[in-house]
Amino acid sequence: MFKRLIIGVSLFWLTLFIFFPNLLVLIVSFLSRDNESLVTAHPTFENYLNILDPIYLKVLISSCSLAFITTLLTLIIAFPFALILSRLPIKLRNLSLLLIIIPFWTSALVRTYCIKIILTTNGLLNQLLMKLSIISEPLDLLYTNGAVVMGLVYTLLPFMILPLYAAMEKLDIRFIEAARDLGAGYFNTLLRVIIPLSAPGIIAGALLVFLPALGLFYIPDILGGSKTLMLGNLIKNQFLDARNWPFGSALSVVLTIIMGLLLALNYKTVRTAAKKGII
Amino acid sequence: MKAVKFTYFWLVFLFLYMPILLLIIFSFNSASYSASLWEGFSLKWYIALFSNHQLLDAALNSLILAVSAASLATALGALTAISLYRFKFPGKGYSFAMLYIVMMSPDIIMGISLLVLFITIKIPLGFITLLITHVTFSLPFVVVTVLARLSGFDKHIVEASKDLGADEAAAFRYVIFPLLIPAVAAGWLLSFTLSMDDVIGSFFVTDSTYQILPLRIYAMVRLGVKPEINALSAILFVISLVLVVIFQLLLRKKESTALKNR
Repeated sequence: MFKRLIIGVSLFWLTLFIFFPNLLVLIVSFLSRDNESLVTAHPTFENYLNILDPIYLKVLISSCSLAFITTLLTLIIAFPFALILSRLPIKLRNLSLLLIIIPFWTSALVRTYCIKIILTTNGLLNQLLMKLSIISEPLDLLYTNGAVVMGLVYTLLPFMILPLYAAMEKLDIRFIEAARDLGAGYFNTLLRVIIPLSAPGIIAGALLVFLPALGLFYIPDILGGSKTLMLGNLIKNQFLDARNWPFGSALSVVLTIIMGLLLALNYKTVRTAAKKGII
Repeated sequence: MKAVKFTYFWLVFLFLYMPILLLIIFSFNSASYSASLWEGFSLKWYIALFSNHQLLDAALNSLILAVSAASLATALGALTAISLYRFKFPGKGYSFAMLYIVMMSPDIIMGISLLVLFITIKIPLGFITLLITHVTFSLPFVVVTVLARLSGFDKHIVEASKDLGADEAAAFRYVIFPLLIPAVAAGWLLSFTLSMDDVIGSFFVTDSTYQILPLRIYAMVRLGVKPEINALSAILFVISLVLVVIFQLLLRKKESTALKNR
């Protein structure tokens, strides 16, 4: 009785609030828009064809490239950091890990706002540079793609560091020593031993940075003004402003497909690594 | 080489913490414009914050929502974790898949899919829809925390209690639950924090009738730099800091009791 009850309650919740809503979005993405009741039961592929419209295609491509740049930058910053972190003495390592975890617990919105204070026209950075006479006029730092990328990197960096660290912590130091003994230089060891062995961490980190970067609509909104439109902003606008739910749903299905592809890539890398006996 | 490594390591921390520290320092700035350089110590933004009723009401709403959502998510998550750990049942793989989807999906997909559901089944947007959304996105994190704890202890103690005549409910009440308390508390804290900080999910599933803090802050900072927000953010940051430390202590305690059980 008790067993049936708890299984029933949990299956009920998962079905009603996860399976069912996702299915609805998929269905709506194949229906037509209607001004009266938002959606009418008129099946069509039009919403998907609409995405190929140059205006929307441009948003899709530019947001993918901004998300890609963000992922690359977080990887470049996080890789050496995680490598150093994984070789620290245990006490110092635990403290550093705590310092990396703290940002997870603080609001990303608040942290985005911190960046805004620094970059705004009369902001701290401009005032500092002017006090030091490096510049005479305040620079337009806010409301640029650069500001958006900085906000995304700042918010998502811990999500890259942690999986990288997890992969590197498992990395057997003897592999590196063996490479050195066999005459590999620092660069060769990095390229041929350390990077391939931390591939699962790199892919997992990329997944945790790239996907949110596409969807976090408030960062482009706060730091990019109306200039930078990411996929998340486009979906939000379709649902709340343009009230074109079928098109918004189709965009969201595209985002889900991107997610699926990245997850499949992740799964494959982990499996290959497992087969080679690395992890 | 060592010096380079050391410098780089601390530079990354500087990058992560500098903006937050600046925000906290400048929340005490007496300048009339919050982003101005330092002009002197003052508590005026804190006073302004505590006379901003809209923000205070939103904060209270958020607190009520976060406590309810965390409690419900923890109860549901703990039961789900126990059923996934203890029983074999059709739909087990499906349950894992659903939890995984929530964990991996960008928040925006969760937000709009629940919005579509609420409109379809005609639940008016407000507290209830926010509650359902927050419980749903916290659920996998509670399940993972509790499952990790469950797989850490000996299955035989449950069997022993059954041999001694306990039924499933009694085994849960007297054996499983007491062992789970640290993980349950940790899951609650995590859900509470997720709920207090959520912008994207909440954005879609509420209307103006139930204002919550993150959405209020979002509406304010979109338009510009607001000094009260500096003060509020500083307070929120300190609260988060306290919660992380409690969370870490709970998990540490878990390790020591797990060792004792062995």
